[in-house]
Amino acid sequence: MIISIASGKGGTGKTTIATNLAISVDTPVQILDCDVEEPNAHLFLRPQMEETRTFTTPVPEVDMEKCTLCGKCGEICQFRAIVVIGETVLPFVEMCHSCGGCMEVCPEKAITETTRELGFVQSGRLNGVEFVHGKLRVGEAMSPPLIKAVRAYARPELLTIIDAPPGTSCPVISAMKGVDFVLLVTEPTPFGLHDLKLAVGAVRILDIPCGLVINRSDMGDEGVLDYAKAENIPVLMEIPFDRKIAEAYSRGDMIVTAMPEMKEKFVQLYHDIAAIAGRSLS
Amino acid sequence: MKEIVIISGKGGTGKTSIVSAFASLAESKVLCDADVDAADLHLIMAPEIKERHNFDAGHTAKINLDQCTQCGLCRELCRWDAISENYGVDGIECEGCGVCWYFCPEKAIEFPLNTCGEWYISHTRFGPMAHARLGIAEENSGKLVALIRGKGKELAEEKGLEYLITDGPPGVGCPVIASIGGASAVLIVAEPTVSGKHDMERVSELAAFFKVPAMLCVNKFDLNPEMGKSIETFAEGKNVKPIGRVSFDPDFTRAMVAGQTIVEFNEQGEACREARTIWENVIANLK
Repeated sequence: MIISIASGKGGTGKTTIATNLAISVDTPVQILDCDVEEPNAHLFLRPQMEETRTFTTPVPEVDMEKCTLCGKCGEICQFRAIVVIGETVLPFVEMCHSCGGCMEVCPEKAITETTRELGFVQSGRLNGVEFVHGKLRVGEAMSPPLIKAVRAYARPELLTIIDAPPGTSCPVISAMKGVDFVLLVTEPTPFGLHDLKLAVGAVRILDIPCGLVINRSDMGDEGVLDYAKAENIPVLMEIPFDRKIAEAYSRGDMIVTAMPEMKEKFVQLYHDIAAIAGRSLS
Repeated sequence: MKEIVIISGKGGTGKTSIVSAFASLAESKVLCDADVDAADLHLIMAPEIKERHNFDAGHTAKINLDQCTQCGLCRELCRWDAISENYGVDGIECEGCGVCWYFCPEKAIEFPLNTCGEWYISHTRFGPMAHARLGIAEENSGKLVALIRGKGKELAEEKGLEYLITDGPPGVGCPVIASIGGASAVLIVAEPTVSGKHDMERVSELAAFFKVPAMLCVNKFDLNPEMGKSIETFAEGKNVKPIGRVSFDPDFTRAMVAGQTIVEFNEQGEACREARTIWENVIANLK
């Protein structure tokens, strides 16, 4: 089973829920941190990293000996990533989406592919939990290919927990598409509610069952609860604000370490999710 | 005209609450919400929309099955596995590269332009505002960010206003890059946590990469003063100027629930005083 932890709004507690869930469950588990712009799960789990792989994407390289400056490559490229200027062809590789169109269209076979580094994928483990995250190179705009590379580590025999990035656009979709369940973490404030509605919209486009965790559940108003009820979205966990949790988090400590009594709640959360996702527990 | 962009790396550190405070405190400004993916500033600003425009960007392939001979070339060329065995296009996977459309021997593929959001010019109780809404699951956030900042700049120049205050998105990827290029400065709002520090380090590196001067304020400072100080020390070493601290104060949440800025909600409060100091320091550093 694959569970994606998402939120719409940032800073609502996705990583907290993902990491505490991962170390609490009574089943073989892996965590894939797909917030490749700002991955944080490793700061709490502190896994022993075993492997680092550079992640690259193919980009064009032009052999000017063969090029006749016909301009077809610039014509097919939708991203203005390759243009003929005067007597030369300039690939703007930061803009390239790696579709291969220019290479395919070139009548002289003057274009081949080289690679460009987008970031890296690192994997390791801690206490039996498998850990994978991706880190986007700073200055790099394109996160979805790297997110997909992290997701490629998913193993069907394990429970896979994905820590998704905030928002509702392409990076989030890459972290949610095709999963069995999306757990939405929100806070009961107007910002939390507004962004939750967007996240629910995305989950519904993808047609995935979802449930809600309300974090800092006593700091705000009733809006989120009313919305969940009206939309028939199950509230699976509520965590009241507790300065002890906030301070533990600030130091990089896990909730279940600072407050061991919480572990049972995370186990229950997993069982509730599994029941909704319609899979029997192994 | 000077543009200050508020960013954070990590989400939920208080960018929009700080921008809202600045909206109350700054005299001559345009507001801009560049977090087009999960825009929240309008919830406090309550904009009255004066202009509404479609945002058209990017294309999606559409196969006309009447003309398709199922030769399979498009499926072979598509690097996104966006075309099914039955020659349906998965609009979410489709990257909009147009390779299938270009090469289809039967010309059976259309490639229409997408409308993927809206942008607005509005009036608020604090002055003019440029903002936008990217459709759910849509691409091209970077283009929309660039567009909306451009509109904010035009507004400021047209009306002779001194500042453009831009609420940026979280992260360090495409929309953030589009938010900070060419800005006068960025203000990084960090929180004193291990993840807040990690993310602040990456976003300050991004600002340096694009050569945009950066300032720092640590929100919820008293939650972990030691971590707060360590973030400030890191910042100073990277030429990012610490210009203030904000205490953890539930008034920020209460103000948000009331649809008010912290200044409107409790002008006598400590949080308001701290926000005022930060805004004064922003102005001083923009000069």
